[in-house]
Amino acid sequence: MPFVVELIISLLIVIGGAFLLIGSFGMIKLKELLPRLHAPTKASTVGLGGVLIASMLFFWVERGHFTIHELLITLFIFLTAPITANLIAKAYMLLNVDPHKDLPPSKQDEGWATFDPIGPEGYDPSEEYKEKET
Amino acid sequence: MIEYALNFGFVCVALALLMNLYRLTVGPTTADRVLAVDTMAINAIALLVLYGIGKSTAMYFEGALLFAMFGFVSTVAYCKFVLRGDIIE
Repeated sequence: MPFVVELIISLLIVIGGAFLLIGSFGMIKLKELLPRLHAPTKASTVGLGGVLIASMLFFWVERGHFTIHELLITLFIFLTAPITANLIAKAYMLLNVDPHKDLPPSKQDEGWATFDPIGPEGYDPSEEYKEKET
Repeated sequence: MIEYALNFGFVCVALALLMNLYRLTVGPTTADRVLAVDTMAINAIALLVLYGIGKSTAMYFEGALLFAMFGFVSTVAYCKFVLRGDIIE
């Protein structure tokens, strides 16, 4: 294996490992969940991306033919990371945030979507809010 | 030289997993624990890929792909359970 390729692969692995460590260090450093959601994005983009590109280059040079199946993992993680972050934030808000005290009014008939469950047929959550106001 | 980089990567991922384990045990909220498990899945993918480079076999790639898919599905399922009290409605 040529020295330059080895250097690039090693550099990518080191960068990826460092970013994985930084991302997880944020998990214990940041105080609340909503700031804490910011930390693992480093691990899932640059950290995992660096390691996977290093793997792609390594097998390309080792085997002699180029494959992109490592990009599947990168693509999958990039597609799913926002969805998981959104769902975790919603779960946190449902359990730990009081919609009447901590959130501004939604300025609509309904409240915020996270706190208004969809009921059975014909059930209108906005009626509950109107009753509370009167 | 790749061996040294791999060792560095293994140490980093191991420390990252320990930090996630701390967040998983300490909490304090349910969402923190879900986030910790999600990050642990990402670190496990990185560990599998690094191990695959170290052994110079592509066999661990399938394991990493499975970890990516099941990590996402489990996180979504748990969040959905917390949000709606049911997973498949």
